Amino acid sequence: MISRTGEMTDTLKITNLHVNVADKPILKGVDLEIVRGETHALMGPNGSGKSTLGLAIMGHPGYEITSGSVELNGEDILEKDADERARSGVFMAFQRPVAIPGVKMADFLRHAATNIRRPDRKEGEDLIPMREFRKELREKMGQLKMDTEFARRYVNDGFSGGEMKRAEILQMAMLKPKFAILDETDSGLDVDAVKLASQSIAEIGREKMGILIITHHDKLLEHNIPDKTHVILGGRIVETGGPELAQELHQHGYDRIRAAHPEAAAEDDKMKVEAAAAG
Amino acid sequence: MPQTETATGFTPETFEAFLASRDEPTWLTEQRRAAFAAFGELPQPHSGMEEWRRTDIRLLRLDKYAPALERPAVDSLPAALLTSGGSTSSIDEDLLDQTAPLVEQLTGVGDTPAETRLALAGQTAALNSHSISSQLIEEHAKQGVIFGSLDQVVTQHPDLVQKYLFTRAGDLRYDRFAALHAAFWSGGTILYVPQGVRIEQPLYIQSSITPGSADFGHTLVVLEEGAEATLLAELSGGEEAGGLHCGGVEIIVGRGAFLRYVNLQNWDNTVWHFAHHKALVEADARLQWTVGALGSKVSKVNQHVALVGPGANAQVNGVMFAEGRQHLDYHTLQHHEAKSCRSDLLYKGGLQDQSRMVWRGMIKVDPGADKTDGYQRNDNLMLSDDARADSIPGLEIEADDVICTHGATTGRVDDEQIFYLQARGLTRNEATRVIVAGFFQQVFDRITIPSVREALGHAIRRRIREYE
Repeated sequence: MISRTGEMTDTLKITNLHVNVADKPILKGVDLEIVRGETHALMGPNGSGKSTLGLAIMGHPGYEITSGSVELNGEDILEKDADERARSGVFMAFQRPVAIPGVKMADFLRHAATNIRRPDRKEGEDLIPMREFRKELREKMGQLKMDTEFARRYVNDGFSGGEMKRAEILQMAMLKPKFAILDETDSGLDVDAVKLASQSIAEIGREKMGILIITHHDKLLEHNIPDKTHVILGGRIVETGGPELAQELHQHGYDRIRAAHPEAAAEDDKMKVEAAAAG
Repeated sequence: MPQTETATGFTPETFEAFLASRDEPTWLTEQRRAAFAAFGELPQPHSGMEEWRRTDIRLLRLDKYAPALERPAVDSLPAALLTSGGSTSSIDEDLLDQTAPLVEQLTGVGDTPAETRLALAGQTAALNSHSISSQLIEEHAKQGVIFGSLDQVVTQHPDLVQKYLFTRAGDLRYDRFAALHAAFWSGGTILYVPQGVRIEQPLYIQSSITPGSADFGHTLVVLEEGAEATLLAELSGGEEAGGLHCGGVEIIVGRGAFLRYVNLQNWDNTVWHFAHHKALVEADARLQWTVGALGSKVSKVNQHVALVGPGANAQVNGVMFAEGRQHLDYHTLQHHEAKSCRSDLLYKGGLQDQSRMVWRGMIKVDPGADKTDGYQRNDNLMLSDDARADSIPGLEIEADDVICTHGATTGRVDDEQIFYLQARGLTRNEATRVIVAGFFQQVFDRITIPSVREALGHAIRRRIREYE
């Protein structure tokens, strides 16, 4: 896409994406296009495939793409490993980030930031100079009102729910992706923490990122008013609207959506039964 | 008369030739004779013995090796791990402190700036169980510190050595390898620190072998009351042609004394390694003992810490990494003989390829050793489906009011951890190295000597291959 100033604008384009998890179809033809600078909200009931979309875009090996494409500026990224996707500018803030005991946040982030900023870096080449990195990390942690002691803790090890989410936002701030998928970054946070997270995301993301906010609620959207709201049901996006759609879902739930899309609602019910059976 | 080859094996003939080559006090010759007799009497270890159940040594040919009769015609030691540990090509070196490895620091090899070099209080070197050099800074010599080749010191201070050698911390009849070692030890190092003397800088022992040779080095460490010292020992060599290490370490940490001791075996992966290490920790004394096990074809090691006086405190750290078909078998014993003592053991192992590791740990609390605080833990990380680790913790408690806990875990590198790191731009290979480094960090955090941490960390990271 060409912007008004004539520069190439980065685009993440998902076309007819089908994804299986443990041989069960979860996504059944998702289409979504995000232009860098836009904020999109992805909403839907539990188990409708929201996180699956994020993890499939990011390249989690447990998510099998059976058809469709995910293109970054016209280039299909589905053949790439997760690290290559990350280095091409795609980021995901995870709902439940895994702990890496013994690895300090600062060391991990310095390595990650170096690889993201220098996508052609070969293993073993120098990292960003420590002094430069520390200064930047301290600034960002200050913005997020994080204690500098946090940098010395082991990655996600013994973090509270809120600390994990803040750590994910910190990573986004340091890695400055072109596109960020935020998977339930508001869950597990108290009111103040959500507000801070919401403001931080808005500050980091403003005009610099394409953001896909996966959420049940509208809290994160307060400071990140979506250009588009998508509703996913039964593995498909069934409606797309503006911020008012997010508002509606938050206030009234999914009854109208389910009634308007009975086939998707039936799919959704079936997936829930299967998920419950699978344990 | 035909040209005879150098006699090999540990026969009465080679034993007599060995004795004849040495000018030693009578008590020592008698001790060696007793040990050699025990070597003849004790059974060859086999899989029917509990301690040897998991370690097969049927392929060991003792007759291929020889006692240290002839000085090796080599004037330099093989490159040591701690020298090459700081390879700048290894990845992720920035993840840890930037301290250069030990030997670079002490010798100034490479481009280590002078101000970061670790000054040593002394060092000894041995090749093929012959002492090559020994140095101790004069300040400490004047204080009465003795540090040097055990071979030489036994003639200079026979009474001192007689008092300790295989009397309190060594049992020459423990098994056949203990007897073999006591009969044929040579080279070796003694560190004696008189009462109240504190040596700030580390002392360093390097032992090497040329391919196909044997090392029978013995280490004897005695810290008198209130003394303090740090001793680093490194064993390496035997490149691709095999070798034999049959060693022993005896440590006595006197009342209120403090010893930090690091023993790193980094033999070539063709070397047989048998050793008995024992430390006695007296009242209110402290011992921080770090074992690094990276090399050898087969290792069978007994590490024994005896807390013999009230208030003694021992911390034991083990860092093990095995690859290929290496087999590392370490038996640890934390023996609480006195009351109110503390022992804290953490062994961590990483296994790659088809390697195998055995850790068998025991906390033994004698009757009367009340208020004991004992802890032992072994964690293993498997980097391949073909590796195998056995963790066998044990407790034997015969006292009251005791806190003893143990634990063991064996896990794999978690795919979710790899994905998480990859999602942040690290390659799969980098992710694996980072996770393994993190796994060992918990034990590195306990090692208070930065250069040792660093050298072990580099060595392990260098060994990690592509992980699928």
